[in-house]
Amino acid sequence: MASEADSRRQFDRRTLILGGVQAAAGAVLIGRMAWLAIREGERYSLAAEDNRVALHLIPPRRGWIVDATGQPLAQNRPAYALELVPSLVENLPATLAAIRRVLPIDPEDEARILREAENARGPSAVPIADDIGWDAYAAFNVELAGMEGVVPIRTYVRHYPDGEAFGHVLGYVGRPSAEQYKETGDRLYLIPGFRIGKDGVERSKEAALRGKPGARRVEVNARGRIVRELDTQPDTPGQTVQLTLDRGLQSFAAARVGKESVSLVVIDCLSGDIKCMLSMPAFDPNIFSNRIPGKLWAEMQAAETKPLLNKVTQGLYVPGSTFKLATALATLAEGVPPSDTVTCGGRYRVGSNTWHCHKRSGHGTVDMERAIAASCNVFFYTMARRIGPDAVADMARKLGLGQEFDIPMPVQREGTVPDPEWLMRRYDRKWTVADTLNTAIGQGYLQTNPLQLAVMAARLASGRLVVPRLVAGPKPAPFTPLPILPDYLDTVRRGMANVVNGPGGTARSARLKVDGVTLAGKTGTAQVRRISAGFRGGAGVERRFRDHALFVAFAPVEQPRYAVAVVVEHGISGSRAAAPIARDVVTWIYDREQAEKSLAAVVQAREAARRAAEAAAAAAAQAAAPVPPA
Amino acid sequence: MIDGVLNSRWPQRLLHQPWKPILLIIAIGGFGAVVLYSAAAGSFDPWAARHLIRFAIFIVWMLSLSFVPLRFWLAIAWPLYAVVLVALVGVELLGAVKGGSQRWLELGFIRLQPSELMKLAVVLAIARFYHYMPRGAAGTLPALWPPLAFIFAPVALVLLQPDLGTAVTILAGGITLMFLGGLPWRFILVPGGLGLLSLPLLYSLMHDYQQRRVQIFLDPEKDPLGDGYHITQSKIAIGSGGLDGKGFLNGSQSHLDYLPEPHTDFVFATMAEEWGLLGGVGLIIAFLLVLNWGLRVGLATQTIFGRLLATGLSMTVFFYVLINLLMVMGFAPVVGIPLPLVSYGGSSMLTVMTAFGIIIGVWRQRTDRVL
Repeated sequence: MASEADSRRQFDRRTLILGGVQAAAGAVLIGRMAWLAIREGERYSLAAEDNRVALHLIPPRRGWIVDATGQPLAQNRPAYALELVPSLVENLPATLAAIRRVLPIDPEDEARILREAENARGPSAVPIADDIGWDAYAAFNVELAGMEGVVPIRTYVRHYPDGEAFGHVLGYVGRPSAEQYKETGDRLYLIPGFRIGKDGVERSKEAALRGKPGARRVEVNARGRIVRELDTQPDTPGQTVQLTLDRGLQSFAAARVGKESVSLVVIDCLSGDIKCMLSMPAFDPNIFSNRIPGKLWAEMQAAETKPLLNKVTQGLYVPGSTFKLATALATLAEGVPPSDTVTCGGRYRVGSNTWHCHKRSGHGTVDMERAIAASCNVFFYTMARRIGPDAVADMARKLGLGQEFDIPMPVQREGTVPDPEWLMRRYDRKWTVADTLNTAIGQGYLQTNPLQLAVMAARLASGRLVVPRLVAGPKPAPFTPLPILPDYLDTVRRGMANVVNGPGGTARSARLKVDGVTLAGKTGTAQVRRISAGFRGGAGVERRFRDHALFVAFAPVEQPRYAVAVVVEHGISGSRAAAPIARDVVTWIYDREQAEKSLAAVVQAREAARRAAEAAAAAAAQAAAPVPPA
Repeated sequence: MIDGVLNSRWPQRLLHQPWKPILLIIAIGGFGAVVLYSAAAGSFDPWAARHLIRFAIFIVWMLSLSFVPLRFWLAIAWPLYAVVLVALVGVELLGAVKGGSQRWLELGFIRLQPSELMKLAVVLAIARFYHYMPRGAAGTLPALWPPLAFIFAPVALVLLQPDLGTAVTILAGGITLMFLGGLPWRFILVPGGLGLLSLPLLYSLMHDYQQRRVQIFLDPEKDPLGDGYHITQSKIAIGSGGLDGKGFLNGSQSHLDYLPEPHTDFVFATMAEEWGLLGGVGLIIAFLLVLNWGLRVGLATQTIFGRLLATGLSMTVFFYVLINLLMVMGFAPVVGIPLPLVSYGGSSMLTVMTAFGIIIGVWRQRTDRVL
């Protein structure tokens, strides 16, 4: 048995051991703390700072888009929006219900908000509604006390003062897609108020228009609530992009065209500036930039007039008789003098096949000038055979057909200028005389867009290789001349002047009533269905089978300055449907007052026609209804 | 006149106090109020003021307890243990009836956590057992199972709650007492070694979520926003404090709510962020000085019961403090126990101040040879 003293000594020893444990534990704790605070102190200080300070990016104000005179085509309108910080919201359905008392949220939006709120990490915000208007903004600011996590903010909304008239040229803006964020990894793309260009100039000139985001450093608590503003670095607005367009001209043209399916291009022959680039009908970029309504989108996609398509660069049309200008220039470039004549008997035989002129009785003896004015097929058949298909195709390309131009449009469809080599490659067959003849009068495989037609008109009018441009810049150096004798060119221009002004011209409706300015032009008809099917695409057939009406023109005849191309889809006749539009647009350039007056008359007539159609429909409905008993 | 009063018997006894540890305790509790004032963003409300009032009452309580004769503690040691054990069972049953886990009994004036009292009761009960045990019998079977039963009954009940931190504190306190009671080394080293060796086996038997917790404890950065959040934020708070802290009222981690439980379990991190390493070392040394004083009281005491009480209670409070500090520094899993005297909350303060009261009582009777 151990003694009392042994037991005491054991206790003392063991107490000392416990004292050692205490001391050792104290050393471990102090050592650990020193490790955290001194050795790793910097890392943890950064982590604490990272917690405390949140960087809120401020989306940059987008650069303006202005016309040649500096008038705004796209600008930024101050607006109010509503955002939600999910980390601050206790009860999302209740919060949404509270919001709904002030502002309606449609089910589609609600689903999106719930989805985005679920995926939101940290203090990031989810947009509830854009452009809510001052009243709703004020209401939310008043009721904010009861709505944790709901943030009314002041933003900017893209605004297009002229709406549809510039829809296709400017495009529109929208929220970046998830794929775009993944591609770039740019945090800016996550900010609810940030927009990128989705089409047209907005998309092509994105880099210049975007600007640099600013940043607001704020102190946030763990739930993402802003406790204090630290400092703010303002955003750098995007650059202003100046286009060559004339806002007044294009707005007038849009009003003049109305609801028709029309492409219209006006080019300044001296500078290559595109003064007007109109494709109607169009979408309203103001609506598209907000949120594209699903129903509207579906309607527009289904519409026969293709309002979502910029027909100026993406609409391809058979050029029809307007192409005879290219054939004519090719002939002259090959050295055939314009005085050479062809006798038109109304038909043209090749072997056992017969090709007709549109005037069955024939034009008699025609030279170049008369052939253009009368649009004589036989003359151009003859000449095309004389110079060969490659010469025609070369000249067509030189005039801009089949070409893409350096303009800020996301998509240009270049169309087709056929030649024997192309035919072999594309369809694996040899070029025949029939191909030469079809091409000579602008039929067959030829496909052009309205911009190319305008460039053709500009090059022909100026005799130089005009390069079209949409972005304004310093006056370009004089363009290279076409390889054609000036006298020869004058013949073609005279022919075109006669089309409009001469006796028996095919487009006398396009004659200007402006003192000292005359218009020259050439009509064309593009068949939608093949003639061989036994149809003519006139007024008697369904609209979608009617021919397209084309017209290229320039003015003034003596000193060409403006080139115009008009394509009216299913307009039937170049002279009736397309030429008057060109006339009115050129009139606006030289005599604004007269143009506005004639526009008023056109609008009035259009309105009357609409009322008459409605009345007729109503009458038909009444006639079909059973007669009520007397 | 005043000399006359002071030299009379009662004032003499009242002034005869171990002033150094008492002042250290007051300093720790007072510093706790300062930290709680900052944790409430520079306000006495809701924590600092109530902490101070409670602390003042408990100082009186501590000093009053120190005048209780050890005889009394010896007499009530086992009945007290029995009552607390019944209360623990009662809490368990209440939890079962009401659904979910419950740790306290509502007594109207106080919310009593039996598991807190058990930390003291188990020391008292085992101390009493060893007090009457024949010398040198610690290694025999009849002397082994009663203390083990005293320890593992409450440990099992507390684990059921489940409150791992408190269970470990009770376990450590009880084992320490057995160690002091003379348990042969082989009974300490062999089970201890086996316990260490069985850890991997234990790990493999755990549920997935338990394994996950262990993994996150070992590497909290693995899941900084989920389960590792508490530890990560606590370490950021301590680490960002640096040598001398961000300054009083300037802790961003606590004031911006990144630090969870800044006024209770993680109050040390709140303190360290603003007072830095210097504040932390000061606080740790203050605790060590008080607790080391408790050990020295044990060494100076004559009676077995008194020695075991002073040393055992000191070590119990020591484990209490140690587990909390290891947790906030990322050396132990988040078990949810407060830092005595500094954290806001009455239960832990009641336990610790009672323990100190008893230790001071032992100090008063250190020279007594019989109880």
